[in-house]
Amino acid sequence: MSRFLLTRVAGLVIILAVASVAIYGSMLLAPGDPATLLVGGGKPPNPELIASIHREYHLDDPFAVRYWRWLTGVLQGDFGPSLAYRDSVNHLLAERISNTLTLVGYASAIILLVGITLGTAGALRGGRFETSATAISAGAMAVPTFVIGALLAYVFGVRLSWFAPSGSGSGISGAFRYLTLPAVALAFSWIGYVAQITRTSVRAELRSEHVETADSRGIPRPGVIRRHVLRNASGPIFAVSGIAIAGLTATTAVVEKAFGISGIGALLVDAAAKQDLATVQAISLIMVASFVVLNTLVDLVTALLDPRVLKGRPS
Amino acid sequence: MSSPLLSLEGLGLELRVDGSYRSVIHQVDLTVGRGEAVGLVGESGSGKSLTARSVLRLLPPGARLRGDIRFDGMPVPQSGSSALRTFRSTEIAMIFQDPRAHINPVRSIGDFLTEGLVTTRGLPRRQAEAKVVALLQEVGVADAARRMRQHPHELSGGLLQRVMIAAALAAEPKLLLADEPTTALDVTTQAEVMAIIDEARAERGLAMLFITHDLELAAAVCDRIAVMYAGSVVEDLPAGALHDRSAHPYTRALLASRPSIGERGGSLRAIPGRPLSAFEVGAGCAFAPRCSRAQETCRTQRPSLSPAGKGSAACLFPGSEAPSV
Ligand SMILES: Nc1ncnc2c1ncn2[C@@H]1O[C@H](COP(=O)(O)OP(=O)(O)OP(=O)(O)O)[C@@H](O)[C@H]1O
Ligand code: SF4
Ligand SMILES: [Mg+2]
Repeated sequence: MSRFLLTRVAGLVIILAVASVAIYGSMLLAPGDPATLLVGGGKPPNPELIASIHREYHLDDPFAVRYWRWLTGVLQGDFGPSLAYRDSVNHLLAERISNTLTLVGYASAIILLVGITLGTAGALRGGRFETSATAISAGAMAVPTFVIGALLAYVFGVRLSWFAPSGSGSGISGAFRYLTLPAVALAFSWIGYVAQITRTSVRAELRSEHVETADSRGIPRPGVIRRHVLRNASGPIFAVSGIAIAGLTATTAVVEKAFGISGIGALLVDAAAKQDLATVQAISLIMVASFVVLNTLVDLVTALLDPRVLKGRPS
Repeated sequence: MSSPLLSLEGLGLELRVDGSYRSVIHQVDLTVGRGEAVGLVGESGSGKSLTARSVLRLLPPGARLRGDIRFDGMPVPQSGSSALRTFRSTEIAMIFQDPRAHINPVRSIGDFLTEGLVTTRGLPRRQAEAKVVALLQEVGVADAARRMRQHPHELSGGLLQRVMIAAALAAEPKLLLADEPTTALDVTTQAEVMAIIDEARAERGLAMLFITHDLELAAAVCDRIAVMYAGSVVEDLPAGALHDRSAHPYTRALLASRPSIGERGGSLRAIPGRPLSAFEVGAGCAFAPRCSRAQETCRTQRPSLSPAGKGSAACLFPGSEAPSV
């Protein structure tokens, strides 16, 4: 177990190190001089002012030195200054990250609840219920997030006014009013994915020989379902849920923009448009890190769920 | 015999294959007395496993069962689901061929062994554990307490099959259904596991339906032998009469095709022709295409079990002299 944990954590650190170099290095490819952002306006920039900005922000240091300065800052929780917003990146993030976290958490809860319930019920009930559950989840997987977002906003926000079509609010009721539609939009295509995997793995376990053994011993059905079918199917279900939740971090930007939510996804899009490198780098790194950490966590929990992964051979 | 523990009368079974029904058991008539061991022998696909599963009604959805199954007077086909559960948990225990597939890989050995006692008998966990540890020791598992905490992949096939046997004994059933309990094991372990089953059975006066390909093995551990061919029992006779008095040409051919005494699991394929599946059987005797004694009537008239030799045989021209193969 500890060996397994060690290799996973080492792999995680290596991936993050490589990702940080790639993310920071990508600014070399970006056109233009970041200093001009600070000067602003259409006037031809004053060369002296530009030079002083270069000195102040160490823009002329070699790449390695700048990367190292950035990295040590990041490791201490400081993402540096944003030139375009004239603010610290930390402050920009702090204002927005809770919206994003709430949105992703809300969407994750919807994915798990609806996806697993739909998939399990489909496999257990079989027949026409299963056929329609399969069709619905396949359909859901095919709809792009921005389409479903616009549709939800129109139907439930504008026409029915059940929820706010856009904006953000505070507290539980605010989250419910403003974040329900975006969360559903974000969750939508993943629900189908989780439901499909859940259904096939529950189905496979239902047919398995060890379930036949449990039946042959007269174990009551609910116990067989819980201890043998769902327990054994939990590995793949958990894995796919983890991937789904990790994947949300990538699509959250689309939904935040569509519903006018002030989150870090929307900030990423805006910052990229403004060529605000420090902010883009910070958010990219956060997204990659959360994706990789979530995946590692999924691997660990999957291993914990299956004793065969961690322990030795017959003795 | 007054009233047998288990009796199958005119058992037939159809399963759904690709939307249409296919007959997999035609005609099984079989009894197992209290404490008696009956060997059910036949080539692959003859319907042995499905016969055993029918006794527990452990059948795929949509299965159509025909005929009567009585256990200790209870009509099994008519019993409701809760009666069926009680029946499965108390009266009969099944030992499956492949313990690695038939024991849940993600739960501990202890969980597997005690699950039935705890959930269907309401035994406190501690008590159930003490009981199964004693059973593990009885079936020759050393270090039982440690094994209880392990998982199936940490045990060899032979050990796992002992665990399966211990689990079967824990239920204190009246009948064991053993479906090729040694086929998945290596040769040396096979003999050990067979001896364990034999001993445990003798001690408890347990009845057993023992399924195997191996006629000699069945004759060695059973009181009676029933031979199946293409979904029907074709001969039923005392184990002692097998060599000298078997009357069905198929049984005789099986005996003749055995490679040599002491060498288990030899192929039965030495009989010319291919074994038929139950659904392929036409109007006459299912064995007719391969039978050296077949006559014209054999192709039109289906024989049913009737007294022959020391038991009964489903053959129009039974006889104990060896047919010329
Ligand atoms: N679930 C099923 N659906 C359809 N047909 C089946 C099913 N299970 C078994 N059969 C068919 O029924 C026939 C009898 O199967 P059964 O498993 O009882 O044979 P068997 O005598 O136990 O053979 P073996 O020695 O190979 O275990 C075979 O032809 C098999 O293909
Ligand atoms: S009935 Fe005829 S074909 Fe069938 S086993 Fe007897 S002799 Fe052979
Ligand atoms: Mg079989």
